[in-house]
Amino acid sequence: MSHETWAIETRGLVKVFGANRAVDGVDLAVPAGCVYSVLGPNGAGKTTMIRMIATLIRPDGGTARVLGHDVADEAAQVRARLALTGQFASLDEDLTGLENLTLLARLRGHRGKAARKRAIDLLEAFDLSAAARREVKTYSGGMRRRLDIAGSLVVRPDLLMLDEPTTGLDPRSRGQVWESVRALVGVGTTVLLTTQYLEEADQLADRIAVVDHGRVIAEGTSGRLKALVGAGALRVRVADSADRPEVARLLAAMLGAAPVLEPDPVALSLRADEPAAVARSLAAITERGLGIAEYALAQPSLDEVFLALTGKPADGPAPGHEEAST
Amino acid sequence: MTIHQTAERPTFELDTRLISAVAGAPPPGTGAGALRATLTFAWRVLLKIRHVPEQLLDATLFPILFTLMFTYVFGGAMIGSPEAYLRYALPGILAQTVVFMTMYTAVTLNTDIERGAFDRFRSQPIWRPAPLVGALLGDMLRYSVASAFVFGISTLIGYRASGGLGGVAGAIALLLVFCFALSWLWLIVGLTVRTPAAVMGASTVILFPLTFVSSAFAPPETMPAWVREFVTLNPVTRLVDAGRGLLDGVPDAGDIALVLTLSGIMTVLFAPIALRLYNRRT
Repeated sequence: MSHETWAIETRGLVKVFGANRAVDGVDLAVPAGCVYSVLGPNGAGKTTMIRMIATLIRPDGGTARVLGHDVADEAAQVRARLALTGQFASLDEDLTGLENLTLLARLRGHRGKAARKRAIDLLEAFDLSAAARREVKTYSGGMRRRLDIAGSLVVRPDLLMLDEPTTGLDPRSRGQVWESVRALVGVGTTVLLTTQYLEEADQLADRIAVVDHGRVIAEGTSGRLKALVGAGALRVRVADSADRPEVARLLAAMLGAAPVLEPDPVALSLRADEPAAVARSLAAITERGLGIAEYALAQPSLDEVFLALTGKPADGPAPGHEEAST
Repeated sequence: MTIHQTAERPTFELDTRLISAVAGAPPPGTGAGALRATLTFAWRVLLKIRHVPEQLLDATLFPILFTLMFTYVFGGAMIGSPEAYLRYALPGILAQTVVFMTMYTAVTLNTDIERGAFDRFRSQPIWRPAPLVGALLGDMLRYSVASAFVFGISTLIGYRASGGLGGVAGAIALLLVFCFALSWLWLIVGLTVRTPAAVMGASTVILFPLTFVSSAFAPPETMPAWVREFVTLNPVTRLVDAGRGLLDGVPDAGDIALVLTLSGIMTVLFAPIALRLYNRRT
């Protein structure tokens, strides 16, 4: 018997589309009141998982419970307690922002003027008051996303699921989305969000599950995950693309990590946990007369996470990095 | 040991408005009741008409064109004078106009699925059929507006219904019942076909023969025997004949009962399939 301490609990969850096992035996346990992130590339099965948990599609195998309610047998109770903001803005483009939110507020049980009032408050909170009476088709990507999230908050859901809430957003809009997530956690809502960015998962989530080909390949706190994949990555841009192979070879030798050559012919990156070693290696390269235009220490990208966990970069339609032959 | 330069966790100033709006939200309830949810979706159709008046242009321009074209192009050749033909064809023009509009039910639903609004609606804690039934109710208004236009333009060019206002109201009411039933079939199409454009294609192929090969525009007696057989079986023929009786002031109880029965059968047959597809759709 499952109980309310788990906001989401899945056991052996499976969904098959034809020959493709989109979700292939997923066990998740999301504690109530936390932010949980599902990290993975395009096509890893993140959206399919979310749609099963939100009662939109039926699992082909295994079980999923939301706050103790089975998604197949108690779908109505599940729907009453969760809100879903899908990957594509699920708004009516022909209607105004105010009308969209009023509609959703009415569906969630607000009556008459109260629905409109709730819609106006949300527009204000999400900085959309000025656009309240404009049709959604005139909104920018960031505005749509904010309206879409506001649509999930006409009541205070116990569980909010956000499917890639910041994909394709500019940094400012992304900051606003993050801010909303933090505000929600403050009032006790559990948030499950999927993302392709390790940075986003790290910024927001208490726990992270890394998924690939419909399976969870790593799970734990952000700290534990970083212990697995390394805390940081060194990104370098050389002044002359002809120098890149030599710089890659030297860095690999000095830092003991495999360099990843970016699609940009002057860029490369590699795992780097020791800032002191990084400083020494960069100094040595400059002394040899190789020009470095720019460098930065940052968190590993999704590709680097996958390189560390599976030994190969994440696949998917996004431009992949190629592994350097050293 | 921390080595991040660029990934230092930034301290956001949480917007107080955002916090109070989120914290002030009522806890999740049970959602709107069946009737309220359905009416909310009907309201959405009205809002769409206001924002996309082109939708209504279809509903209004079409009948005007059809009424004028049929009356003045075919009228003289068919029954001797445009006026006499208008009297014969008006029930047909009315039926064709509105029956054609039913396919927009499928187009709208398909667009919702494509854009994701459908997922949002399906994850709400409401009576399951509410989005579909609400849309059909809203469409009734569009059908009524189109019918009013057909009668308006016909009256301008000299049409007078001997059945009086009662006859006109009866004919429109019968048409609405029939179209409500037929719309369930369009919901099935909207849930099965891949894109809104494909929906339009499929619909036209079905609707043209259904409305033309009927008693709408020409008396079946003038057609070859094998066509006449189809015409007799065609439900649109029944609808047009019943409407003609009402408008001419000689209502035929048998025809009317048949249309109502047909509508009942279509609803009982198609509605469960549409709802099942809606619930199971992946």
